[in-house]
Amino acid sequence: MAERLRVVEAVRETLREELAADDSVVVYGEDIGRAGGVFRATEGLLEAHPDRVFDAPVAEAGIVGVGVGLAATGLRPVAEIQFQSFLYQGFHQLVQHVARMRSRTRGTVTCPMTIRTPYGGGIHALELHSESFEAGFAHVPGLTVVIPASPAETAGLLRSAIRSPDPVVFMEPTRLYRSVREEVPDEHEIPLGEARIVDTGEDATVIAWGSMLRETLDAVDSVETETGASIEVIDPRTISPLDTETIVESVRKTGRCVVVHEAPKTSGMAGEIIARINEEAFFYLEAPVERVTGYDVPVPLFAREDAYLPDATRIEAGIERVLES
Amino acid sequence: MPRETVAEFTIHSVQVLDEDGTIDAELAPSLTDDDLLECYTAMKRARRLDERAISLQRRGELGTYAPAIGQEAAQVGSAFALAADDWVVPSFREHPALLVRGTSPQSVLEYAMGMEEGAEIPADANALPPAIPVGSQPLHAVGVGWGESIQGRPNVALTYFGDGATSEGDVYEALNFAGVYDAQTVFVCQNNRYAISTRLEDQTAAETLAQKAVAAGIDGIRVDGNDVLAVYRVVSEAIERARQGEPTLVEALTYRRSMHTTSDDPSVYRDPEEADEWEARDPIVRFQVFLENQGILDADTKAQIDEQVEAEIAEAIDQANERRERLDPADLFEYVYAEQPPELERQAAAFEGDRDG
Repeated sequence: MAERLRVVEAVRETLREELAADDSVVVYGEDIGRAGGVFRATEGLLEAHPDRVFDAPVAEAGIVGVGVGLAATGLRPVAEIQFQSFLYQGFHQLVQHVARMRSRTRGTVTCPMTIRTPYGGGIHALELHSESFEAGFAHVPGLTVVIPASPAETAGLLRSAIRSPDPVVFMEPTRLYRSVREEVPDEHEIPLGEARIVDTGEDATVIAWGSMLRETLDAVDSVETETGASIEVIDPRTISPLDTETIVESVRKTGRCVVVHEAPKTSGMAGEIIARINEEAFFYLEAPVERVTGYDVPVPLFAREDAYLPDATRIEAGIERVLES
Repeated sequence: MPRETVAEFTIHSVQVLDEDGTIDAELAPSLTDDDLLECYTAMKRARRLDERAISLQRRGELGTYAPAIGQEAAQVGSAFALAADDWVVPSFREHPALLVRGTSPQSVLEYAMGMEEGAEIPADANALPPAIPVGSQPLHAVGVGWGESIQGRPNVALTYFGDGATSEGDVYEALNFAGVYDAQTVFVCQNNRYAISTRLEDQTAAETLAQKAVAAGIDGIRVDGNDVLAVYRVVSEAIERARQGEPTLVEALTYRRSMHTTSDDPSVYRDPEEADEWEARDPIVRFQVFLENQGILDADTKAQIDEQVEAEIAEAIDQANERRERLDPADLFEYVYAEQPPELERQAAAFEGDRDG
């Protein structure tokens, strides 16, 4: 029976179902057991599966590193890193071992591990609790980087991440954890590596993911009302490996494109997406592709957070610029 | 009682064969003559592989190579204590242990030739590939030892690292995780006195490395790492405890008689007299004296072993060279993901296109 769930509940229910469906799934992380996770994303799992759900010592390199060994014995580790910034403490394990195990052993050892982590701003959190480092993870060959943008998407993509034969960094938009409810189909599964066309349109393509998708849809609504233009909205969902084809096809049709992300502008994913558009759709472009992104500053403390994060107004201005040129 | 002692610790050290090759009968492990000869052969094989590899590197036929000369007892003694389904989680200087566990000299050479082929793990082997970043692999061994325990299997993971690695945070995290999760893991720290050029006293103020276990709440013990029988005994006991979920850190006191890798020159940072002193304490010599005194090894057997090892390594060199000749760089795209993503397919096609001109 399909249920109406929030993002955080979609995480929890998917973990619960995967633990029940597959004895090799092991869930661990800081405060995820007795406390049920700082966002309650793992509430009740320890009670249901005391032999496969574990609180971990506060050591992110350890959490990522032991996953390599767990996976080698045939388990499917699903680790939580409490906030994405703290995955930097485990980044070396991720890059040096998790991501390259398959290639450095020519496929004889693999690391089907999922690392879930809340990311992004908008919840007035402490310093270093609002980062958006998807481009950094996407720069590591061998990793799959996934960002869901709704409860149903969360369930469908998380299930595929856990079942993936490759390591997945699964970045959950903290800002969306409790913001909306949505019907989540049972056993929902969304293939990795496939973008979603959220809204079809003819005049411009806007690409956004995670919590920026909602801001983008608000902006698109306003632009469409004010100008009568029809805008196509694409959520890549899997940030890496990226579904270039869906993006390129759309841009060939619309000739105009805006890429939105909350991460800093320089070396962000927008740069990569624009490069791919240049490679495959340059001669279809009617206007330079716009970027609406965070600024090239460390994500500020929350008193200045609203100034940093792209919002519907900035996105709207970006769309209008491409429509006007 | 405003001030009282709340914790104290003791670190034991074990030696079975003294430096003259005389055995302590009480501590001697029960190994058959065949076992002893097998250990001896394994040590000789590793030594000879190192010697050949260094000269191949000097001739430009191998890349950077990290010899284990002087550390054969620490590795062979410990690897020999493992059961068939136990795991080895090595760093980059562990070929003496890997050879005991069935890795071929050919694989060791292939890895040093810069080929991923040398890090392939056969389907029936419980091992992880060599870890290059210092101190990164003990965490993997904890994951293995913990994973085996979660699945109710008795297999143990044995990981190797050096004295320098004990300064890495990951090693402390590994010891700590092992204690928390009762991981079926044995940590063998080969204290070979040098991390490249850095002496132990510049690495840590700790009196022993074994005591690093104490802070993590697990057992720590020191062993004479140039005494293959002591290593075998101490690690066997640690393995049996690990099967019960009690991890141990074993500090094997040894000496890296050769260079860190073929890229450095130890004479820059250490006194040649020190190396001479340790040559006299060479683990193979000590074991050989013991075997000869016991009448287990005679001149004929010794010559036979030398000949056998020489032939094996010569064949391994040929096979590795042959595999290098067959190497196809195009397959570098094949193993990044289980299924090749479209962008990688495009890059692979572009590579082929460029190659065909």
